[in-house]
Amino acid sequence: METSFTPFASLGGGILIGLAAVMLMFLRGRIMGATGVLAGALRPASRYDWTWRALLLLGMFTGPWVYLVFAGSLPAIDVPVSTVMLLIGGFLVGIGVTLGSGCTSGHGVCGMARLSPRSFAATGTFMLTTGITVYLVRHVFGA
Amino acid sequence: MRNLLTLLTGVVFGTGIALSGMANPAKVINFFDIAGSWDPSLAFVMGGAVIVTFIGYRLVLQRERPVFEPQFDIPTNRRLDVKLIGGSAIFGVGWGIAGFCPGGALPALGTGNTNVIIFVVALIAGMFFTRFMLTRGGAGGKTAQPAE
Repeated sequence: METSFTPFASLGGGILIGLAAVMLMFLRGRIMGATGVLAGALRPASRYDWTWRALLLLGMFTGPWVYLVFAGSLPAIDVPVSTVMLLIGGFLVGIGVTLGSGCTSGHGVCGMARLSPRSFAATGTFMLTTGITVYLVRHVFGA
Repeated sequence: MRNLLTLLTGVVFGTGIALSGMANPAKVINFFDIAGSWDPSLAFVMGGAVIVTFIGYRLVLQRERPVFEPQFDIPTNRRLDVKLIGGSAIFGVGWGIAGFCPGGALPALGTGNTNVIIFVVALIAGMFFTRFMLTRGGAGGKTAQPAE
């Protein structure tokens, strides 16, 4: 499936993601990583710890609706893979981000922005294996 | 005020994800499909996010402490180990198969989209499975660094 090149929307979205990361550090002193926020919300250390994570997640859920107000439609969510692939992929992502202590937002944005060697290594690794996987799925197995 | 601003931070993140295209697996997979229907948009997402965060962190971390907490909570581990690299490699395989990453999928969950719900259920199952195996394996679970 072809998608159109959207440099301005993507840059604008990236700037907002960065702004949210800076806000969370400024307000709560925390890394804006989706994995860390979710993992902590599912197994909170305390009620206080759960509250800020739940509020952050609740805010995130409204994002597509704020987008709707400005853009006139909900953001596109086109899934070019089967339900089985979503399940397998989702399970592998769950294993990977738990072992690797982070994902695209935690390592790829926040970790690289604070020049963490672990985050550079993690980001380089997952960008590479994602690329190899997409190549194999699309051009070798032809799914 | 503390709770309201935390909620607003989530709104900004979620809106950024929605605008960026990170919640759209077709776009994510095309970013990595250099040999096929390549769409380089997502490089602009990471570029914009990293530059803003890099500058913002430098300003914020000059403070003694965050506004609403007694101290900054930032990972201090600097060791590159098998768990980090192996985990990140597995994450990439899953991301390449499904096209969703956690940060892309969580805001998209707000739309009630069935595919997003399926992905997030599998994601949470994978997280609990791994946490269970690490805890069962002994020290692994206890010494594990908090996720970023």
